[in-house]
Amino acid sequence: MDFSLDKKHEMARSLFKDFAENEVKPLAQEVDETEEFPWETVKKMQKLGFLGIPVPKEYGGQGCDPLTYIMCVEELSKVCGTTGVIVSAHTSLCVDPILTYGTEEQKQKYVKPLASGELLGAFALTEPGAGTDAQGAQTKAVLDGDEWVLNGSKCFITNGKVADVYIVIAITSITEDKKGRKKKNFSAFIVEKGAPGFSFGTKEKKMGIRGSSTYELIFEDCRIPKENLLGPEGKGFPIAMHTLDGGRIGIAAQALGIAEGALDRAVAYTKERKQFGRSIAAQQNTQFKIADMATRIEAAKLLVYKAAMAKATQKSYSVEAAQAKLFAAETAMAVTTEVVQLFGGYGYIREYDVERMMRDAKITEIYEGTSEVQRMVISGAVLK
Amino acid sequence: MKIVVCIKQVPDTKGGVKFNPDGTLDRAAMLSIMNPDDKAGLEAALRLKEQYGAEVTVLTMGLPKADEVLREAMAMGADKGILVTDRVLGGADTWATSTTIAGAIRNLEYDLIITGRQAIDGDTAQVGPQIAEHLKLPVISYAQDIKVDGEYVIVQRQYEDRYHEVKAKMPCLITALSELNQPRYMTPGGIFDAYEKEVTVWGRADLKDVDDSDLGLKGSPTKIAKASDKVRKGAGEKVALDTDEAVAYLMGKFKEKHII
Repeated sequence: MDFSLDKKHEMARSLFKDFAENEVKPLAQEVDETEEFPWETVKKMQKLGFLGIPVPKEYGGQGCDPLTYIMCVEELSKVCGTTGVIVSAHTSLCVDPILTYGTEEQKQKYVKPLASGELLGAFALTEPGAGTDAQGAQTKAVLDGDEWVLNGSKCFITNGKVADVYIVIAITSITEDKKGRKKKNFSAFIVEKGAPGFSFGTKEKKMGIRGSSTYELIFEDCRIPKENLLGPEGKGFPIAMHTLDGGRIGIAAQALGIAEGALDRAVAYTKERKQFGRSIAAQQNTQFKIADMATRIEAAKLLVYKAAMAKATQKSYSVEAAQAKLFAAETAMAVTTEVVQLFGGYGYIREYDVERMMRDAKITEIYEGTSEVQRMVISGAVLK
Repeated sequence: MKIVVCIKQVPDTKGGVKFNPDGTLDRAAMLSIMNPDDKAGLEAALRLKEQYGAEVTVLTMGLPKADEVLREAMAMGADKGILVTDRVLGGADTWATSTTIAGAIRNLEYDLIITGRQAIDGDTAQVGPQIAEHLKLPVISYAQDIKVDGEYVIVQRQYEDRYHEVKAKMPCLITALSELNQPRYMTPGGIFDAYEKEVTVWGRADLKDVDDSDLGLKGSPTKIAKASDKVRKGAGEKVALDTDEAVAYLMGKFKEKHII
């Protein structure tokens, strides 16, 4: 078992690191303050192929593996959590399901422009009454001639309004089991921005990842072509769950990056900051905290990379993804909180990045399955 | 058009230079990067490729590890990479280096050779012009802009306060300044492709028309007595005076610094 990266992955990491330092870091604070979607950065990433890293070249991508994509999200998130999630939601939640479940026509029509970055993607499952309990969803789709007609709304949608293509999960039938219990059957759809009856509601004002565009999606007799059903009718729920397995590895990488970025800043700051006549890094309290954070981050990194490798080689990687996301997200929250503490009063001031990182870290414990959901997935597999 | 770009893997001097106790560079303690002037030269070649169509070959002389810098160049868009490496070539000064590189280039077809002005580790600015001399080619150094016009290149050659526009018939050699352009990033797919491709490896036996006495440490007339970090030149002083006053001012300065 070799834990070192090969040369091409090392080089890819140096590319993402250079890009993050030179192009993303200078804008991170402004993006957070203004809550403006960083279009300038997204256009640069589009040019460099960052929006289709794990997609085969024949579909307009870069032909790399999930690990390379994960390292991209990690390096971006070290300097800006917002930029990390834009790439993650686009790649894992929109491009990946079309690539996995789409027909050849759908791949040609959507994956190509999405992977080349010409179009941006999003995924819509959550509804006001349906978070962890997806069965609570209300959005319906009914076939009417050659068109599906969607009605309902989705909330907290990452890349909402800025995205051109949306994977939307909606109920297409309700069946009864032997005991007479009603069960909602979901299907997945590809919905384009601009489809008649599709509009955007409220823009969410968030605690962190404030440059990320989070919107409510509204479907009022929204009509889309019949051929925009993704995968078989009635298979929307497993498609959504499988898509989220991949998405969780992306969010785990975002969390890992946030934790690493916070530790980098803590190392630099504690070496410079003097109290009681010497740097605070020379004091054992700081040293032990740094040691614990570095160890925890390394463990998170191994879980995240293992999950990325599992996605490349295994059919199912739910448990690996859940463990990686659970541990990396809780690491990000714990590390950023500790780093703010090490910074003292300066850590609480918005001028310093660590305050933003602590706010950004929180969402990684919530979206694409809360830490509690990850524990349900993991325990379900362990106790089966 | 066929373009050969000579590049060098150098220690990154951004964080300061580290020396071994014997005064030689502590390369292991410093990260390796593509020399910035060479990277600008490569970017210029890639832009010419996009504009006029060209095949870009990158060539480096160094340890087997220098393969990395060729892969980086290929990940940016270079078509082929050639690594010249051999124990007998080690310890080369600028003369032995330029002899080696010229010996390698004699195997290639080319219209244009681009090198960086100078490497940030040696700072000599000699290798580019020496290659041109070995190959009996015209050389335009310090290029801040390069255009192609039929079989000619039109180059802006930089001076401290002006530039000269120089036209030369190809084949010729140009040395590039890092100010020439902003080199592009690699792409993730480009990196994966670069590691799929073969890098051609040449040794002493592959060098054409060179004499052993001009190679490696033995063939190097330069002996390094001591190396130190370079002292940066100051920004200078600008004064706006009429001629007589300016002459008097300058004379005063010269006397003050015991120049006259």
